[in-house]
Order: sequence, then structure tokens, then C-alpha cells
Amino acid sequence: MSVTAAEGLIITEAETRVAVATQRQLIWWRFRKHRLAVVSAAVVLAFYLVAVFADFIAYSEPFDTLAARSYIPPQPIHWFDAGGHFHPHVYALKGKRDLRTFKLSYAPDPSEARDLVLFGRGYEYNLFGLFPTDVHLLGVSGGRPQDSLFLLGTDQLGRDVFSRLVLATQTSLTIGLVGVTLSLVLGVLLGGMSGLYGGWVDVVIQRVIEILRSIPTIPLWMGLAAAVPTSWSPQRVYFAITLIISLIGWTELARVVRGRFLALREEDFITAAELAGASRLRIIFKHMVPSFLSHIIAAVSLALPAMIISETTLSFLGLGLRPPAISWGVLLQDAQNLQTLALAPWLLVVAVPVIVVILAFNFLGDGLRDAADPYG
Amino acid sequence: MLTYLLRRLGLAAITIFAITLVTFVILHLPPVDFVTAYAAQAAASGSAISPAEADAMRLAYGLNQPLWVQYWKWISMVAVGDFGRSFEYGRPVTEVIGDRLWLTILLSIGAIIVTWGLALPIGIYSAVRQYSVGDYIFTFLGFIGLAIPGFLLALIVMYVGLRVFNMNVGGLFSSEYQLAPWTWAKLWDLMKHLPVPMLILALPGIAQLVRIMRANLLDELRRPYVVTARARGLAERRVILRYPVRAAMNPFASTIGYLLPYTVSGSVIISVVLSLPTVGPLLLHSLIAQDMLLGSTIILLLGVLTVFGTLLSDLLLMWIDPRIRLGQLR
Repeated sequence: MSVTAAEGLIITEAETRVAVATQRQLIWWRFRKHRLAVVSAAVVLAFYLVAVFADFIAYSEPFDTLAARSYIPPQPIHWFDAGGHFHPHVYALKGKRDLRTFKLSYAPDPSEARDLVLFGRGYEYNLFGLFPTDVHLLGVSGGRPQDSLFLLGTDQLGRDVFSRLVLATQTSLTIGLVGVTLSLVLGVLLGGMSGLYGGWVDVVIQRVIEILRSIPTIPLWMGLAAAVPTSWSPQRVYFAITLIISLIGWTELARVVRGRFLALREEDFITAAELAGASRLRIIFKHMVPSFLSHIIAAVSLALPAMIISETTLSFLGLGLRPPAISWGVLLQDAQNLQTLALAPWLLVVAVPVIVVILAFNFLGDGLRDAADPYG
Repeated sequence: MLTYLLRRLGLAAITIFAITLVTFVILHLPPVDFVTAYAAQAAASGSAISPAEADAMRLAYGLNQPLWVQYWKWISMVAVGDFGRSFEYGRPVTEVIGDRLWLTILLSIGAIIVTWGLALPIGIYSAVRQYSVGDYIFTFLGFIGLAIPGFLLALIVMYVGLRVFNMNVGGLFSSEYQLAPWTWAKLWDLMKHLPVPMLILALPGIAQLVRIMRANLLDELRRPYVVTARARGLAERRVILRYPVRAAMNPFASTIGYLLPYTVSGSVIISVVLSLPTVGPLLLHSLIAQDMLLGSTIILLLGVLTVFGTLLSDLLLMWIDPRIRLGQLR
């Protein structure tokens, strides 16, 4: 192939840059090329920020019920006032009694505008569970946000859907994280043993994985989850459900870890380390783990959406988290039947974050998996 | 080939044993044993069973004896098809489940056929016309299929069906056939109701298989033998369908072992949302009511049937794939 001198030079420069780059740099360069994965990483990060600051972003007390506020549709924000100036506000709702049916119905009242303010006052909570405060991202002037701000409408009991959605994000995302951590411990332990020792240990663990994968898992989960006593506190239920989900979700992670162990065992640098007299633990943690850590991170980000789907599904069926706990599945339970859907279609809005987060994790995982092996 | 067959049979046997163990655990998980629950339920509904009857049941299930004796007594009854009585319905479990099991099997197998029937051509199309508009559309749809949990998709379809087409997509029979005995008309009614749930159930599988098929076929299409075939002037259709597709289908075929459990799992949830008369809603209901003999029987039957299905598909694969048949593959 004929290459001009200048082109040849550029290629060499690029090559030297690649040649001296650390593995972390190589992975980052490869990952950056996967645009969708980078965007997804930002989306995932944004979701976790929402989870961390959930109480700050929510503006209405999530358990505050009021029959009069039942099924209020999402409320539009008016960005400009009559004079055309930027002045975001919402209309307060005014109850009117229909004189024929005597039904109380709520309608926006244009004569009573409530200004939207940043860092307004709302219900009291502990930021990060530590600092008591009542400042929220959004508030309204003159009154509690509970009574006049319904960005995504309200549910049957008159609780604000937006605020509940934000708090549900916290529960659902952390349950995924805790579940995946438990799965990871099991997967690394069993997969690592399987790959490291080989022989009958490997055979037994592989058969167990094979068996677990050939059983329909959802009926199993349902059976186990149904046995969680109704008298348990929400926290205990939360941990029981997480445990059940992770017990069945570790097989894929174990498979990845075992595969990497098997592949690495044959590598020259491992043999070299062995010959140099390095101890087994040193070989594992100094030489093997760094070279497959990226694979594990990729596998984790692909396992997380499965965890989130599991929790959402179980809670939706009424076998997972139960009210008063708030999670995506619990919220979707409210939208379970056709009558409700016809009456209050905005309750289905919970589907949006579920789908977005799962998609984002899938793209992120794909990007990470491609980047995990930057030499390929 | 014989070793492969034996290995498969052995694994199936162990899996079934594992399923019975897990089912047994689930049966005994509730704090109150199922005979006491049964007696309490019967008393509440006014048809009290005598203490002697309850004691006879306890004796039959060996509830006062060590766990392994209980397991043995239970499994011996199950093995001959005696699954006990459902206290919710006051009838034998087999009677309660009835046709529902067959409808579950029909729905699951139908969904798998739909999965294969759609994933194969779409995968081939996406690979051959890589980066075309169609490829992008299918890739996008595929990601949606992977990202939407089954119950959510069912909910959304139900909502759209109601709003846009003003019809109820739930159920498997029209109201006039629900309790009617089986006739051709009822069968036809069933056939009309099946496609929507089947498609919902098949979507995640389709999305997954299309990705696998596309990736495999793309690898194959870059092989030198494809160039050779083209250079020799073979028709494009023949070049693609005759060799690369067949080679790309092998890993594709082996995924059926995971597809079946996955589909059976999904059918339970979709049936609950769409209120299909399969075992799904029955399972949910029995678990919530702690009607454990019914619930655990359903879990057991679903698990065992899945194992048999997988075994059957493995045997089919053995028959198709000469490498397994000739014993070159493990």
C-alpha cells in the first residue's frame, strides 16, 4: 500500500500515543467513540442524582392524602404572564359543585395564579437522612405545594404523582444496586472458584447454573416472595425482596467471571508471575482482577436493568414491595386495570422512567462491553 | 451421541429433582402449615372439616415427622398425580387447574413459534441490509422490546387497544364461549384471541434473537467463502440462504433452551395483566391467599414442563446438528 510521507508520520504519532497509553486510557478512548453509550451514561448519572436528592426534588409530601384532590389531571405550567414577561406560574384549583350531580370537581382558576419559585418551602425531611430541612427544588408562592402544584396529576388518594415518582426512583434504583452487589458477590465467588479450581468444583457450579437457568424464574420468585410475612416492616421486606432477586440473578455474572478466569489462566503474563514465585492471591488481585475488572463492570451494568425489571414486576403483582413503600412497581400497581387507565391515563407516566433507565443501562453496558477489551 | 443423550437425560432428571425440592420449600414456607390453613378456611366458609379429617390429612402428608419423610410422602403422592385439594376452591387441585395448563402450554409454544418465525427473517434482513432504514427501525424496535418489561407492554397495549381501537384485548375467549364446552367455534374464537398475547410475549425474545442472528450473520458474510460463492456467480439469494444463514443459525438454535423458561415466566405475568385463563392468574391468586397446595403445584408443573420442553428441543437440535449427532461436540 502506498502511503505519503505525511500520512505515514501521522499514523506513527497516533500509534505511539496508543502504544504508551495506559489500559484505563485505552478503555476511555474506546468508550468515548460509542456516542449512545456516553449519552446513556449521562442519563444513568442523572437518574442516580434524582435518587440521591429525591426528597429535595419532590415537592409534595408523598403520603399526604386528601379525597378532594383525587385524580387531578397533570397541570400545565404557564411560562409567561399576560404582559409577555417570563414569569412561570400555575393556576390554583378551585372546587365547584355540580348542582345536578352534586359532585365536587376541580378546575384551574385563572384569576388565582400561583408563582413557581425555586428553593421553595414544603414538607420537612432529612437531606441525606442527616440534615433536617424543608427546602425543595420547586415551590409555589402563597401556600403549600400540596394544594396547588400537580405537575403529573394525582392518584386516587390525591397524592402527587410527580413527588411519588421521584421517591419511587430512589427505591427502585437502590434496590437494583443492592441486588446487583449481592449478585456480584455470589457471582465472583462462585464464578471465580469455578474458573480457578476447575475439576469437580467447576462441574458442580456449572451444573447448578445450568439448572437455575432452565427453571422459569418468575413463578419461583412469586412463590418465594409470597412467603414474606405481611407483618414485616417495609425495610425488612425490601431486603427480603432484594435477596430473592439477587439469588436468582447471579448466574450470568458467574458465567462472565469464570470465562475471564479461564481465559486469563492461559495467558503468558500469569505463567510468568507464577514462575517468578508470586503467591496465588497476589496473582489474582494484582494481575488478574485489573485485567477483567472492566468486563465485570460491563456485566454489572447489563445485570442492573434485569434487577430493576424484577423488582418492578414483583411489586406490580403485589408480591414485592408493598405500600407504604413507594417504588415504580408499587406505583404501576395503581394503573393495573382498564377502568383506572381510562379514568386517569397519566398514572402510566411511571412507565417512562422505567423504560428510559432500562434502555440507558443496556446501551451503557453495550458500550462498556465493547470498551472493556480495548486491544480487540 | 449416546453420551450426549445420557448427559442431557441426567441433567434433566437432576433439574426436576431440584425443582421438586424448591417447590417443597415453597409449600412449607408460610408460617401456618397448609392443613391448618385448610381447616381454618373450611371453618370460615361454614363447611367445617372434622379434627379427625384434619388429622388424617396431617398423617397423609406426614406433617409431624422429619422433613425428609414429609418430602417423601408428598413426592410419592405427586408422582401418581395426586396434588391434594385447593382450599380456596374446595376442589382437587388438578380439577382447578384443568384446561388452564394446556392454554399456558399453547400460549408459550405459540409465542416461541412467533419468536422464531419473526426473528429469523428480520435478523437476516438486518444483516444483509446493514445500516439501511429498515435495519435501523428494527434495531430501534428491538431495543424497545428489550427495555419494556412484559407486564408494562401488556398494560400499554391494553390501553392503546381501549383508546384507539375501542376494544378489550384481554382474555382468550369471548364471553359467550367462556364456559362453553369445546367446539370448533370455541376453538376459532380462541385462535382469534391468541395473536395479541402471543406477540406481546414473543417481543423480548424476538429482540434478543434478532440481535444474535444479525451479529452472527454479519460475521459469516465477511468470510472468504461468501466472496467465492459470489465470484462463482451464484444468485445472491442462494449465496446468502444456502451457506451463511445455515452457519449463523447454529448458536441461534441453541438459545431455545433459555427461550422456553423465559417465555413460560413471561406468560405468567402477561396472563395476569390481560386476565388470560392460563395458570398465571391462578398462581398469583393462590400465592396471595396462601393456598399453598395449589400454588406449589402450579410452580412444580410449570418447572417440570419447561424441563421436558427444553429436553425435547435439545433432542431436536441433536437431530438437526450433525456435529452433536456425530459426537464431535462434547
